[in-house]
Amino acid sequence: MKRTIASSLFSLAALLSLPTLAQAEVTVTEPWVRATVPGQQATGAFMVLQSSENARLLGASSPLTKQVEVHEMAMENDVMRMRQVQQIELPAGKAVELKPGGYHIMLLGLDKQVEAGSSVEITLEIQNAAGQKEALKVNAPVRALNTKAAQGHQGTHGH
Amino acid sequence: MNASFSRRQLLLALLATPLVLSACGDKAPKQPAFRNLEGVDMSSADFAKDFSLLDTEGQRRTMADYRGKIVLIFFGFTQCPDVCPTALTRAVDIKEQLGEDGDKLQVLFISIDPERDTPELLRAYMQAFDPNFVALRPTEEELAKTASDFKVFYQKVPTGSSYTMDHSALTYVYDAQGKLQIALRHTQTAEEAVADIRQVLALSK
Repeated sequence: MKRTIASSLFSLAALLSLPTLAQAEVTVTEPWVRATVPGQQATGAFMVLQSSENARLLGASSPLTKQVEVHEMAMENDVMRMRQVQQIELPAGKAVELKPGGYHIMLLGLDKQVEAGSSVEITLEIQNAAGQKEALKVNAPVRALNTKAAQGHQGTHGH
Repeated sequence: MNASFSRRQLLLALLATPLVLSACGDKAPKQPAFRNLEGVDMSSADFAKDFSLLDTEGQRRTMADYRGKIVLIFFGFTQCPDVCPTALTRAVDIKEQLGEDGDKLQVLFISIDPERDTPELLRAYMQAFDPNFVALRPTEEELAKTASDFKVFYQKVPTGSSYTMDHSALTYVYDAQGKLQIALRHTQTAEEAVADIRQVLALSK
């Protein structure tokens, strides 16, 4: 869409030097899924995403369930609000955290228990700066239901 | 860019009420003021006094059942990926950090999603945190009444083919006489919560 001359030049440079041009190199660290108890139909997946160039997370899928959504949680006047988001921007070089208290990938309509110690395959749909879509497969270990949120600074992400 | 949520002034007004009340509630000299509270002083609140709800074993419970205990009440739902497990995990930490006083703590989880939160599911969910935590499952009518009595906000929000719940994330803390004293904010750490709860414990000593 909005491609500046600078980014075009950058792409040109990338074209000359790299075989995988325009591939937003997205690294995923510390992916995890919160375990469920029997009968629980939904849980969250968390991870840290970092892209080498501007990109966005458009969605995700998983063999576990057809219903996978990207959500944002926000505390407003001590009320927890959760909303589906269409995309999450991944600015070049910036670590974007999907963690309790902020963004998460929601796995809904689960028909069996997600047990701690197993792992869940999640495929992220990433759109690079050139508008191309890429699939990125992540294997997320399942952590116990009572896993703590990252050291106590939940609910403070800015707008 | 984050999707921004609409600001609800109504809610702000609702939740600010206890603050206003406590600010001018200095007519009760018996009540020692809390010092450096991280949470919200609810000692003058004239609501959230009692409930009558079934637990997961089918037994009807009221505040009177927990006399002598420091009761923590949290409203939530088990399909919640984030706030509810975090709040319950914090409750486990609080209990642990209270040491011997931890036995005086009773955590009550009131479901705001009885449609999906069956007694079996709620029981298993509590077990995952602490077998002594009690989950209460209101009917839709009881939920509406209890939420109103407790000034707790909850709202069903459609999402894709399912729904999620927006809800108040405060944890109410009661003294051993069953009187609401403070509300813990979701953002308080277990340590900060313990400091507040110790002040409530001190009231009963």
